[in-house]
Amino acid sequence: MPAGTQNAKPVHGPGPRGPRGPRPRIKNPGKLIARLMRYTLKNYAVHWLIVILCIVVTVLASVQGTLFMQTLIDEYILPLIKQADPDFSGLAAAIRRVAVFYLAGAVAAYGHTRIMATVSQGTMRRLRNDLFTHMEELPVRYFDTHSHGDIMSTYTNDIDTLRQMISQSIPQFLNSTITIISVFISMVMLNIPLTLLTLAMVGVTLFSTKKIGGLSSKYFVAQQKDLAAVNGYIEEMVSGQKVVKVFTHEEESLRRFNELNDQLFASADNANKFANILMPVNAQIGNISYVLCAIVGGILALNGFGGFTLGGLASFLSFNKSFGMPVNQLSMQINSIVMALAGSERVFAMLDEKPEADNGYVTLVRAKKENGRLVETAERTGLWAWKHTHQADGSVDYVELTGDVVFDDVDFGYVPEKTVLHNVDLFATPGQKIAFVGSTGAGKTTITNLINRFYDIQDGKIRYDGININKIKKDDLRHSLGIVLQDTHLFTATVMENIRYGKLDATDEEVIAAAKLANADTFIQQLPDGYQTMLTGDGANLSQGQRQLLAIARAAIADPPVLILDEATSSIDTRTEKIVQNGMDKLMAGRTTFVIAHRLSTVRNSDCIVVLEQGRVIERGNHDKLIEKRGKYYQLYTGNLAEE
Amino acid sequence: MLKTLGAQVGEFKKDSFLTPVFMVLEVLMETIIPLMMASIIDNGVEAGSIRHIFFMGFMMIVAAGFSLFAGAMGGRYGARASTGFARNLRRTMYENIQTFSFSNIDRFSTAGLVTRLTTDVTNLQNAYQMILRMCVRAPISLVCAMFMAFFISPRLATIYLIAVVILGVILAFLTVKAHHYFSQVFPKYDDLNASVQENVSAIRVVKAYVREDYEKKKFTDASKSLYHMFIKAESVIAFNSPVMQITVYSCIIAISWLGAKMIVGGTLTTGEMMSLLTYCMNIMMSLMMLSMIFVMITMSIASAQRICEVINETSDITNPAHPEYTVADGSIEFSHVTFRYNQNSAKPVLDDITLSIKAGETIGIIGGTGSSKSSLVNLISRLYDVSDGAILVGGKDVRSYDLDTLRNQVAVVLQNNVLFSGTIYENLRWGDKNATDEECRRACRLACADEFIERFPDGYDTYIEQGGTNVSGGQKQRLCIARALLKKPKILILDDSTSAVDTATDAKIRRAFAEEIPDTTRLIIAQRISSVQNADRIIVLNNGVLDGFGTHEELLATNEIYRDVYESQTQGSGDFDEGGAA
Repeated sequence: MPAGTQNAKPVHGPGPRGPRGPRPRIKNPGKLIARLMRYTLKNYAVHWLIVILCIVVTVLASVQGTLFMQTLIDEYILPLIKQADPDFSGLAAAIRRVAVFYLAGAVAAYGHTRIMATVSQGTMRRLRNDLFTHMEELPVRYFDTHSHGDIMSTYTNDIDTLRQMISQSIPQFLNSTITIISVFISMVMLNIPLTLLTLAMVGVTLFSTKKIGGLSSKYFVAQQKDLAAVNGYIEEMVSGQKVVKVFTHEEESLRRFNELNDQLFASADNANKFANILMPVNAQIGNISYVLCAIVGGILALNGFGGFTLGGLASFLSFNKSFGMPVNQLSMQINSIVMALAGSERVFAMLDEKPEADNGYVTLVRAKKENGRLVETAERTGLWAWKHTHQADGSVDYVELTGDVVFDDVDFGYVPEKTVLHNVDLFATPGQKIAFVGSTGAGKTTITNLINRFYDIQDGKIRYDGININKIKKDDLRHSLGIVLQDTHLFTATVMENIRYGKLDATDEEVIAAAKLANADTFIQQLPDGYQTMLTGDGANLSQGQRQLLAIARAAIADPPVLILDEATSSIDTRTEKIVQNGMDKLMAGRTTFVIAHRLSTVRNSDCIVVLEQGRVIERGNHDKLIEKRGKYYQLYTGNLAEE
Repeated sequence: MLKTLGAQVGEFKKDSFLTPVFMVLEVLMETIIPLMMASIIDNGVEAGSIRHIFFMGFMMIVAAGFSLFAGAMGGRYGARASTGFARNLRRTMYENIQTFSFSNIDRFSTAGLVTRLTTDVTNLQNAYQMILRMCVRAPISLVCAMFMAFFISPRLATIYLIAVVILGVILAFLTVKAHHYFSQVFPKYDDLNASVQENVSAIRVVKAYVREDYEKKKFTDASKSLYHMFIKAESVIAFNSPVMQITVYSCIIAISWLGAKMIVGGTLTTGEMMSLLTYCMNIMMSLMMLSMIFVMITMSIASAQRICEVINETSDITNPAHPEYTVADGSIEFSHVTFRYNQNSAKPVLDDITLSIKAGETIGIIGGTGSSKSSLVNLISRLYDVSDGAILVGGKDVRSYDLDTLRNQVAVVLQNNVLFSGTIYENLRWGDKNATDEECRRACRLACADEFIERFPDGYDTYIEQGGTNVSGGQKQRLCIARALLKKPKILILDDSTSAVDTATDAKIRRAFAEEIPDTTRLIIAQRISSVQNADRIIVLNNGVLDGFGTHEELLATNEIYRDVYESQTQGSGDFDEGGAA
């Protein structure tokens, strides 16, 4: 008799993503499979070997059990019936042998599922870690050019299809293959004509699968399309639900929704219908195959053709049942393996992305002055120096970190075809406050992207304390810059930890001091758990202004020599901003600050205001000078643009 | 919950009823087949009757045919019932969402509603199909097979009964235990993905602070603990198949041994023994199926609950019994208005506001972040209802108007505004379905949107992408204003609607309003002093309290907050961003 779960009749409905969904196209599948195999085999080669062995043992145990039917009937039951005083000792011994095999099969079954858990979860863990550690190394450009939804879908959907493939499809694939081979051999040994008959019926099954599956697959494609339409519509309309209400547009919204929803129902009904019908059709073809073998085999056994016996028939019929199943399963597994390959293609594409290049060799070190010379030290002196090791002779120079930033004829474009910054010259001496003003798209944020090398310039030079920033190690360069971005991002952690992000070894007192400096202390105290309040969903429970205050505190605690504020106070009302500003001015005394803002109050007291237009510097100077000049700044400032 | 969901079956009751009926029919046929098989062996092969073999063989094929028919019909009706159920769920939820007030929407959040309408519905659709097709099938199959086994040999069937009890207990134990572990591990898994999401969107922060290694460590630690939890859960599951196999194998061995003795003793036939072994498989498989159904149902319970929440939510803002259908004029009166988003919160968002606005006035509203400016105006068109006091529009309480009438007469340009996918014309006609092209263009002229629309290659037929991603912030704001103008409202509310529009254009829009729609009451919320200083009167809000209400000059003289804001912005615009004009 068939044994083991793999021989069971499939009685499960199709999942949301039926195995007969549209097959994705894959370029060069051979290479991909080889790479995927290398990846899964790595670290777990021995595990896989044991798994395969276990599967072989499980299948063989089941097959020998089925073959035992023949022995049981032909060699024990039938002869024993004829004996007057039957002796069951031979049968007892035979059953003990079978039992041992069975036990081995069950143990092997446990072995392979347990080992597979380790293998699949271990591989998933490694894959996740590899993906994440690699992702952290990718340049900002990658995140700017790939939709975040797509990146996330690699972590969720694609990894999930891979997990299914490794933990289910591959073992089942092996199981099915080994079962088919061993059952086929056993059938041939038992009776060749019946084997041919069984094969013919499997052919019929495959044919019906192809026909019905083809129909089902056609409707599945339609269903996927309609589902995407419905989901897209839901997404759009629910996001704009408040606008729908304001414009009393509910009925129109509902009418269109009902159209799409009905369309989805029609295609989903058909897709599921054919998928559901396939199951009983194949099951009954299997039953018919069974019946035909019973009839033909019965006649053969009756006439004793080729020594075919009743026991042989009993065993063969069992094999007949356990042969159709794996063949069907095999075709299903192939589908899900193809799906997983498409997923792995995206996973590998991300792993193949080039990490951020860093050829810098100038590092940032703590320093102290000895006899007027800079010397490296482990102490916290508050003094920093650039350690410049000359490649030619290995000699070391120390340059004091002061925050002197110079742009020399810089050209830049996010894509080579479109230059967004043209011949930008800029000089910020230590301690200066430089402000950028100009309309959206003038290139203000772009300049800050260049100073910390989120992007590299195409032409010209940026010098930091006289050193070309390309020569500075990126990590050290960024350590020396504090930046508060236009879009505030907070992490799922307490308020305390979020501020501490700027300086991981900061004490609680330092955190609170930074919060006070940013004028964030007052509202933090009012939160339910004060500094220990958990922030979730990017600080969803805080107002935009409060989030900006936290971001400023985070930058303040890092205490960097150069600070970049990109619309850092845009959501803070003007009165609060003034208080923050005072704190910041204290903090930034003697340090270089770059400020981007569209508010006059934020930039007015800058040492130098740079007016940008379409990627070019059109005016520069301090507030009074620019007002006197009566140029663009004056126009923007007085609001007397346009017709007056 | 069952009652709510049951009502959603709707017109698919027949399908939902027929599916299990056909599944039972299929099971019955499949239970008969092994019995016929026994007859072929015993009365055909052993008795040497080819005629009987053919006869029984034919009967078996007929039974297989019946079974095929029943199975196919079951599948057909099952598909219809479950996809229809899903359709009804989606429709009912969507219909109900249309009646939601702003506070209903806030309670669920947009993302929450989208998940309920998509993923949760799919989960329930699959669970429903499973229940219809398998929930009846598996136990009946088990009972039938057991019954037949007893019919053949009560003595041997007792072995099955014992095996079923033992296997049932073990499976139940394993399932519950595994479910327990999995229910712990899935939230962790979601957390891990959430942290990836966080890193993706905050990558600039991570890189700016050089925290790559810190984040890597955080992630690998989390992924390590996730790994161990998964292994723990899967180790439990790993027992499933060997336990199942050992039970089946034990039965086979017991039947072989005892069966052989009985056959030799003449109380059992070979064919009967073979059918018994087939029933063994049927019984054990049904049991396995039941444990799967259990897991599937428990997993979908959460989805079911989330869906029921949406279906059972009742809007807290509804039409009055005898609504007013006309709004006399654009006058607004607040009388001791107090408002809380959450009825339980101690501090009100708006506290005892009393003020009155004449029809055709232009009112500026100014105040710091969190001073409840938006809350104040949202009460006028009943996007929220006051907690205390009353608001009169055109001399009547807003709660006495028909909602559609009120909202058509009070047009709000929301702070977080949305354009929908479609052409500019289509978007504009949200304001007035029947607006002519000429009317649309006029509204755009008023909102200063015509200048950039005409520069688009397709002009007013330009296709706006979902969420308006292909127009700039300032352009989007101006389109939203034009859309609201098309309603020809008696009251127009602009909630910080020109923040991304440069000062000059902002001024131009305000001038156009004054010239073209002088009778419309205008309420303008703004951060910039320049946007409000020319208004007839200005409301100064501070922490939900009315701090000042008067003309620019009056406030400058008497109101400290106003003076402060004015001074911090001084002269001119105080704003350098040309925004959308670029």
